[in-house]
Amino acid sequence: MPSIEKPPIQHPGLRRNSLGLTIHDYEGSMSTLCAGCGHDSVTAAIVHALWEMETPPHRIAKLSGIGCSAKTTAYFARGAHGFNTAHGRMATIATGAAAANRDLLYIGISGDGDSLSIGLGHLAHLIRRNVRMVYIIENNGVYGLTKGQFSPSADVGSTTKRGDPNQVPPIDPMSLGLSLGATFLARGFSGDKRQLVPIIKAAAAHRGLALIDVISPCVTFNDHEGSTKSYLFTRHHDTTATESDFVPPAPEIVASIPVEGVVSVTMHDGSVLRVRSVPDDYDPTDREGVAEHLRRAHAAGDVVTGLLYIDESSADLHEMHDTTDQPLRDIPFSQLCPGSAVLAGFGVR
Amino acid sequence: MKATDTGDPAYFHRVVDCQWACPAHTDVPEYIRLIAQGRFTDAYMVNRESNVFPAILGRTCDRPCEPACRRERVDGTPVAICRLKRVAADHRDDIGERLPAIPRTKNGRRIACVGAGPASLTVANDLLPLGYEVAMFEQHATPGGLMRTNIPSFRLPSRVLDEEVDVILDMGVDIRYDSPVTSMRALLDTGYDAVFIGSGAPRGKELDLPGRHDTDRIHVGIDWLQSIAFGHVDTVGERVLIIGVGNTAMDCCRSSLRLGGTDIRVMARRPRPFFKASSWELDDAEEEGVHIMVNHAPKRFVVEGGRLVGMEFERLEWDENARTSSVIDTVLLPCDDVILAIGQDNAFPWIERDLGMNFDGDVPVVDKTTMQSSLPNVFFGGDSAFGPKNIIWAVEQAHQAAISIHNLCQGLAVDERPPVLMNLMSKAMGLGQWSYHNDYNPAHRQKMTHVELTNRFRALDIEVELGFTAEQTAREVQRCLNCDIETVFSAPLCIECDACIDVCPVQCLTITADGTETDVRARLSAPAVNPAQSLFASSALPQTGRLMIKDEDLCVHCGLCAERCPTAAWDMQKFTLLLPTAGLAVPMGAH
Ligand SMILES: Cc1cc2nc3c(=O)[nH]c(=O)nc-3n(C[C@H](O)[C@H](O)[C@H](O)COP(=O)(O)OP(=O)(O)OC[C@H]3O[C@@H](n4cnc5c(N)ncnc54)[C@H](O)[C@@H]3O)c2cc1C
Ligand SMILES: Cc1ncc(C[n+]2csc(CCOP(=O)(O)OP(=O)(O)O)c2C)c(N)n1
Ligand code: SF4
Ligand code: SF4
Ligand code: SF4
Ligand SMILES: [Mg+2]
Repeated sequence: MPSIEKPPIQHPGLRRNSLGLTIHDYEGSMSTLCAGCGHDSVTAAIVHALWEMETPPHRIAKLSGIGCSAKTTAYFARGAHGFNTAHGRMATIATGAAAANRDLLYIGISGDGDSLSIGLGHLAHLIRRNVRMVYIIENNGVYGLTKGQFSPSADVGSTTKRGDPNQVPPIDPMSLGLSLGATFLARGFSGDKRQLVPIIKAAAAHRGLALIDVISPCVTFNDHEGSTKSYLFTRHHDTTATESDFVPPAPEIVASIPVEGVVSVTMHDGSVLRVRSVPDDYDPTDREGVAEHLRRAHAAGDVVTGLLYIDESSADLHEMHDTTDQPLRDIPFSQLCPGSAVLAGFGVR
Repeated sequence: MKATDTGDPAYFHRVVDCQWACPAHTDVPEYIRLIAQGRFTDAYMVNRESNVFPAILGRTCDRPCEPACRRERVDGTPVAICRLKRVAADHRDDIGERLPAIPRTKNGRRIACVGAGPASLTVANDLLPLGYEVAMFEQHATPGGLMRTNIPSFRLPSRVLDEEVDVILDMGVDIRYDSPVTSMRALLDTGYDAVFIGSGAPRGKELDLPGRHDTDRIHVGIDWLQSIAFGHVDTVGERVLIIGVGNTAMDCCRSSLRLGGTDIRVMARRPRPFFKASSWELDDAEEEGVHIMVNHAPKRFVVEGGRLVGMEFERLEWDENARTSSVIDTVLLPCDDVILAIGQDNAFPWIERDLGMNFDGDVPVVDKTTMQSSLPNVFFGGDSAFGPKNIIWAVEQAHQAAISIHNLCQGLAVDERPPVLMNLMSKAMGLGQWSYHNDYNPAHRQKMTHVELTNRFRALDIEVELGFTAEQTAREVQRCLNCDIETVFSAPLCIECDACIDVCPVQCLTITADGTETDVRARLSAPAVNPAQSLFASSALPQTGRLMIKDEDLCVHCGLCAERCPTAAWDMQKFTLLLPTAGLAVPMGAH
């Protein structure tokens, strides 16, 4: 436990965004995670992204399940709405919330255990429905909260702290997403905010589900020599597929100027995501090509990071179902629930 | 960037902004923590080791520490360092037992001090415990120098002055009152092993304008204040003009109010931003109803029939930086007395110029480090050395002179200065536990309460400032940011998890690739707005070869970086500056 709350210092050099908010205004309560946990850095990246995007905190809804990762929604955007669901159930609650109120920015925080074990079925359907939200998996290869058992993302051969190797093949959320029709897939590393912050901003602007797999080392149970999710291993095996640059909506956007190796995607809200391929032939809009790249990289033991796949044209949940433009809470009750007479009318045909 | 050498005590010393700015390098955060614990006598002794006169300075110090205080950068006002010093002094117990023992058997060396001001007294304070015999020659019948003759008793009560001066005299100073030194040659011929000249800057500057010598109602400020202190002057006319707007002028105008003056004007040539007086002295004078008139240049004294009736001024208009001015018109201000407070000069009419001592015009040539003159056994310190300054500089220069005298008497070269050393000690007690109060307290600076204006002028020696109450003290001590509890980094331990970077409340940490300093400064987590503050750079970090950078500017020493570091690469360690004094390197704050 930290000895003190973070001092709320308003020094003269502190910058404010157009809402007059400082970066501290996007923080939450003090983290009670282990000192050095990667999850805290992901939190810091989210705080940065939200401050830079100038999102009003009350327009944000934070959702999570159970796990060390799930605790982190308490550590950012203290003025936001929030829902800590049951283990693995965040996807379902998020689907319901997004269907009911399409106006909020949904940020879901999950773990590799939460999403790929108990919650895998829910995650699969969330992807298929293309629910508009940012979904971050803080991936450390273990169940941190329950003291370090292998999770479904642990690589074959990766060992426990005591040295026992994992023998069960891993689930890669990115490959899974590709096969289920995901429209925004990215992988980051908690130790690289320069890469992660623009990805989070692009994810928030994406029309549909943005799934971000962040390698986020568990410093207590999985940061040892035999681990393939440690700080050192990730640094040594990180191979960047793309570098991205997020340009917020502006009157004149220079996105149209073609630059070689750069894919410019105009997002739903008018912002522009510029994605530069690092291997020349990497194309983040080619679902088959990306899947192949990931397969090869996995075989070579590489951790591919960057914005991996994007498709801004597919319909999201609301378009697929042709729902009303308004959040349900803005529709008068008499209209939402017109009474049994109207219902009865449907039956007679 | 070159990795910062934190083995050099200057690095961590500089982080303790107040201690760095204090001429005598008083361990401010240490004494403030002691006050917080109610250990007033300990706090007093930490002060006394470096500044010798805590009770006097707690009321009068020029406090260069306060504008330097980190708290000013963090919330706009510095910690009331000076007034907390007074708290320690006001609440101390008897310190007799804690003073150094004075050896019965002397070391056979005899030192003469000219003057009994703070400079000479400090030399005696440092040398008597080493067995020296110190003879002190003072022209007046009382000790203390300008602290007695010029600083008015409504700012510094004589009881307070007496207590601290007596402690030194009682160490065995051979004090000779009413003994002006009139010949340096004669003094040198007496055979002292060394002579320390602490005679101050005794001559007030003149203003030779028409009419100056046609009346006896024009006074030189420092002489006039001295006459008040000695009881020779106890009235003044109703309308008084003070010429000059430095600290002496402030004491002159406030003294006038206490001697019967009712319409007191301080006449300044230049606009307010260019005043020499400290802002708090100006505030105190204005609170008492003194008028400060800017842009008035003295032209002549108007004396009619041998009676001073007024003074003529040219009203000036200045350019933006107050460099050049033009005259708008001439005004006559009626007055009964004029007091000149436009500065002081050094004067050494009693030092023969054929002794082999080098002079630069009227002032002796003195080495800035050793305080030695060109006569090897003659040393200067205080206002006599480089012109008028203040008490704390007099004390510091005297400490240095004492070291030099001790070196000289031991046959060491005077420029062989004893080294400045440091101690670092971890403040970690357990997970998330520190043996210092690391929480940030948002309290605002406590305002000193003054005696009611209606009661203030009844007597000359009513001390205006009442001192902090217990509640004010309790609040003010918590404003100190513990800058001496330093963040100490060990690069080989860092796994670059970013925990420290993320938790720092003022974003002063960055891990970034190596580069030139300008380059690195452009990549910091928060822009480094204050280039006067140090940038710490680690050696290459093990995993990526990047550097840990810390901008010291706004660090509030909360310890969160160390607390959130999984490998203890950051630690919070108490920095103790081991300042040398004559004879031995005594750890400051050792008690
Ligand atoms: C009006 C006024 C207000 C001030 N207020 C402050 C303040 O609030 N805070 C602050 O820090 N500083 C203040 N100062 C400055 C401060 O008082 C001096 O800087 C300090 O006293 C210098 O100490 P010193 O020991 O060098 O000399 P001094 O204090 O000047 O002492 C010199 C002593 O030597 C004696 N002496 C001189 N010549 C001879 C001789 N030939 N033979 C024998 N004895 C001799 C003098 O009588 C005197 O006692 C003030 C100064 C003035 C004029
Ligand atoms: C229904 C249910 N089953 C099991 C658990 C026990 N449990 C708590 S957290 C957790 C796994 C957490 O792992 P992960 O999602 O990877 O989060 P991390 O702690 O590693 O961030 C498990 C199995 C539970 N809380 N609820
Ligand atoms: S157990 Fe692991 S995942 Fe959980 S807080 Fe500690 S380091 Fe983070
Ligand atoms: S002590 Fe550490 S965390 Fe606190 S302000 Fe200083 S560098 Fe930042
Ligand atoms: S918290 Fe410690 S290990 Fe982590 S980056 Fe900071 S100094 Fe390095
Ligand atoms: Mg996990």
